[in-house]
Amino acid sequence: MSTTVAVPVETNYLTEKQGILSWLLTTDHKRIGLLYFFSVTAFFFVGGFFAVLMRLHLLTPQGVIVGPETYNKLFTMHGIIMVWFFLIPSIPATLGNFLIPMMIGAKDLAFPKLNLASWYVFMLGGAVTLWALVRGGVDTGWTFYTPFSTTYSTTYVVGAALGIFISGFSSIMTGINFIATIHRMRAPGLTWFRLPIFIWSHYATSMIFVLATPVLAITLLMVCFERLFQVGIFDPALGGDPVLFQHMFWFYSHPAVYVMILPAMAVVSEIIPVFSRRPIFGYTAVAYSSVAIAVVGFLVWGHHLFVAGESVYSAMAFSFMSYLVAIPSAIKVFNWSATMVKGSISWDTPMLYAIGFLGLFTIGGMTGLFLAALGLDVHVTDTYFVVAHFHYIMVGGAVMAYLGGVHYWWPKISGKMYPEGLARLSALIVFLGFNLTFFPQFVLGFLGMPRRYAAYPDEFQFLHVLSTAGASILGVGYVLPLCYLIWAWKYGKEAGPNPWRATGLEWQTASPPPAQNFDTTPIVTRPAYDFEGMKEELHLG
Amino acid sequence: MSASSVAGEFNWLFWTLVVVCGTVATAIACVVIYSALRYHRKNENELPPPLPSNNIRLEAAWTIIPFFLFMGMFAWGAKLYFDIERPPDDALQVYVVAKQWMWKTQQLDGAREINQLHVPVGQPVKLLMTSQDVIHSFYVPAFRIKQDVLPGRYTSIWFQATKPGKYHLFCAEYCGTKHSGMIGWIYVMERQQYQHWLQEGAAEGSLASDGEKLFHQFGCANCHHFDGQGRCPNLQGLFHSTVHLAGGTTVLADEAYIRRKLFDPRATTVEGYDKDVMPDFSHQLTEEDVIQLIAYIRSLGPAPGSTIESSPGSTPSQYGNQPGIAYPGAPPILNRTPGMR
Amino acid sequence: MADHAAALVREHFSTAEQQRETETLGMWIFLATEVMFFGGLFVAFTVYRMYYPQAFGTGSAGMNIVLGSINTAVLITSSFTMAMAVHSAEVGNPRLLTLLLIVTMLLGCIFLGIKFTEYYQHFLEHRMPGVWFDYAGPAASKVQMFFVFYYFMTGLHALHMIVGVGVLLVILGRAMAGSFSAGYSTPVAMAGLYWSFVDIIWVFLFAIFYLQGLHV
Repeated sequence: MSTTVAVPVETNYLTEKQGILSWLLTTDHKRIGLLYFFSVTAFFFVGGFFAVLMRLHLLTPQGVIVGPETYNKLFTMHGIIMVWFFLIPSIPATLGNFLIPMMIGAKDLAFPKLNLASWYVFMLGGAVTLWALVRGGVDTGWTFYTPFSTTYSTTYVVGAALGIFISGFSSIMTGINFIATIHRMRAPGLTWFRLPIFIWSHYATSMIFVLATPVLAITLLMVCFERLFQVGIFDPALGGDPVLFQHMFWFYSHPAVYVMILPAMAVVSEIIPVFSRRPIFGYTAVAYSSVAIAVVGFLVWGHHLFVAGESVYSAMAFSFMSYLVAIPSAIKVFNWSATMVKGSISWDTPMLYAIGFLGLFTIGGMTGLFLAALGLDVHVTDTYFVVAHFHYIMVGGAVMAYLGGVHYWWPKISGKMYPEGLARLSALIVFLGFNLTFFPQFVLGFLGMPRRYAAYPDEFQFLHVLSTAGASILGVGYVLPLCYLIWAWKYGKEAGPNPWRATGLEWQTASPPPAQNFDTTPIVTRPAYDFEGMKEELHLG
Repeated sequence: MSASSVAGEFNWLFWTLVVVCGTVATAIACVVIYSALRYHRKNENELPPPLPSNNIRLEAAWTIIPFFLFMGMFAWGAKLYFDIERPPDDALQVYVVAKQWMWKTQQLDGAREINQLHVPVGQPVKLLMTSQDVIHSFYVPAFRIKQDVLPGRYTSIWFQATKPGKYHLFCAEYCGTKHSGMIGWIYVMERQQYQHWLQEGAAEGSLASDGEKLFHQFGCANCHHFDGQGRCPNLQGLFHSTVHLAGGTTVLADEAYIRRKLFDPRATTVEGYDKDVMPDFSHQLTEEDVIQLIAYIRSLGPAPGSTIESSPGSTPSQYGNQPGIAYPGAPPILNRTPGMR
Repeated sequence: MADHAAALVREHFSTAEQQRETETLGMWIFLATEVMFFGGLFVAFTVYRMYYPQAFGTGSAGMNIVLGSINTAVLITSSFTMAMAVHSAEVGNPRLLTLLLIVTMLLGCIFLGIKFTEYYQHFLEHRMPGVWFDYAGPAASKVQMFFVFYYFMTGLHALHMIVGVGVLLVILGRAMAGSFSAGYSTPVAMAGLYWSFVDIIWVFLFAIFYLQGLHV
């Protein structure tokens, strides 16, 4: 696929320049990816801490850990931090930033300074949100429904909304950067249909970044405006329409969930071929499905309003579209599974996470089919069924894929291998803990337990206890990689340029890579995942 | 627990989906686990023999088959939804006002309850609901029904209970501190027991008689004469009749129309009448006052010869003949907690 | 005539052409995000305009059509001068470029001056939303809604204008330092795209706020 001349590299992107300023003022996409990595990890554990408190509180029906006001703030802040400060940036801003230029044979993203600016904007948004948290928190739910958020809540709504507003610009900058880069900076010979699926999926993600995020920005700005100047944009008492808020909010937030899953699918699309040693099955279908998910994903937002006051006819249209958007995801799952058939399947940690993703994303996606069915949604919406559905996709799907990607590319990023045995054990703990946490919640929802409840009727307690038990196991599963990855950074075994015998361009250069990624610009002559064609170079067969 | 006329069909659809999805998920799991075991890598340099990595027939199959399965789910779900949203004509009317953090239910004959509702078994019951403050949601899991309750407008849902008993009522839209305390019970009773319960209830007036008191208290009778001589339309026979508006359009005079007339009088003008005469009662009437007035106007009966159209569903009935456009109107500020920053 | 200002090709680009095409693409994508940003407000405005046509008509009748029209003419003219500025950069005429940039900025400032005069006028007439609003007629809260959108949308637009003037100031500085030539004028073109976009937004704002009232 590439013709690089092997030249001994003396420095890499980590060692080339030292000192804190060389990191804070870097324009190297790899260093910026690491800056984001530290940030999102920190936010993940803050959001996770809130989840721990919530699950402890829910062990008993009346809850003894916190009062209802605090509980309401906990689930709000958990949602805000996990959605905007972990899930949305996680894969694109860490792995995407690090890998996209490398995968296309470029020296950097199209706009390196914009990339650095995006991290600072992200951190500023995070700081403002954390300030709102420290000052007393916000209790509107991450969805900010009006008129509660505009008129009735007595918490730091404007602070939290502004923090999210600011961080949204970080997403927009990243999206602009990725689209321009993928269009204009591909190496010679790298046509669209030779690109790794990782690139296709991130391109689709970036489409959503640039088109959806501004709508959230303006919606939150309107909420702030209404709260600050007491003018009734969404307040019925002053002629406003609270359902209009929901339409505008979900116009962004539904595509946003595809922002959270498309990069995860990107990672899985890279791992499965390498750990099956077969090209991804149905490359063209998978590539087009990524774009289809992004496009059709803009047309389904009303399925969040089936019982909210939208007309029966709108509801039908949105239900229909919601079933359509499930089709490309199904196509991907079938293609990923087919890739494994008659392959050479490795059970290394990245593959364990990818297989786990396959199962859990499938379950989560299928419960989406339940929610898309109008008559069923009436019963299960606003219950723990929905909570379980989105956690299966975002945690069972996106977080597992994120961990899989971190492990897969750890050797490339750090130059070291992580401890495989311990990593496999952690993956298993995560898988088991996750299912014990969230499967009981499907049952809870079916039985009628509403979401966002600080206290609940006694008959639901057993399922809550199961869920909390699972959460404690899941927590262990997350803390372990934090520890051993840090350990491996310093003490891990040297990885070499291509420990997985993968075909991507990023593996044709040193680990860690040199600052300019490649010593000479690669020239691409092969399709993606061409194990057969590259078997000489990869010492396979 | 399934205790309503739609719960049965709900259960059928739900479990059918479980079986279908479970089958497909199991099939995928089998393929994946089988491959992981059977094709487990045996040595580090192993490369599987080259096989085709695309198959257009397979792609078509696993695109088209899911498409038809999904369309089936959509159609069945939509049909169930229509059943859930369309009350039968003979539904017993109940009014619900939600506020932070309680449910106030009122029946036409005057029975008022807080956080509970007694209904007879086997009788369709239609709830017309509004909120005094934020968005709430009326949820009875055993009946498989849920409907958001909005400030500034009416939404409705109906059910027919099939088994006597008591069933959870939950608020299902986060509404502040005591959201999880905004719960109660629906008591379904045998018909005779229900009649007994109604009679035993406090000897308060019916909703309509309360409404009549308000009608006189607020001076409505001064203009809305019943002999057709007043400056304002005769309200006898108004309820669920078709009103001709200035400008040529018509509208159904349902609950939402009456409420809007009280809180946003200039939104519509009846043909042939002065548009500036009707006062704005936004700051004087509560949502419950409005419900009583509606009950009174309803009790004035249909005009001879007019047909009562039953509301086809929650949202369309609020807007009369206006296609899909909502008029939020203005709820009274009377019961609103002052907004804080 | 400084022709020595060759394209400053940044390290990660292979050719000047790649850099120019990439930067232009980036600017167009950014403008797409701006369309979505303002678009949300246009949608919300349209929804309320459909709910309250009379109240919004009353609000619109309270706009100053003369000042609004002058502003529209000013801004369209400034788009013209900006386009000419881009052209003069592309043909390598730095003196004309400098002159046209200054004229464009002046026109922008005139626009802003007239705009803030209108804001103040509305404030004096008690049409500014919030505690300053006072309208005696029917459906006062809906008339206020009109002005909420007026201040919010034109205010957001004015903010974009201020940023635009700032951007032009920077471009002006670089032009006077001789950074641009026939071979390298991308930043001027990108500033021109942004300026024209802000102008187009104004045309739509003018239509929805000023022109409805003419029918009432």
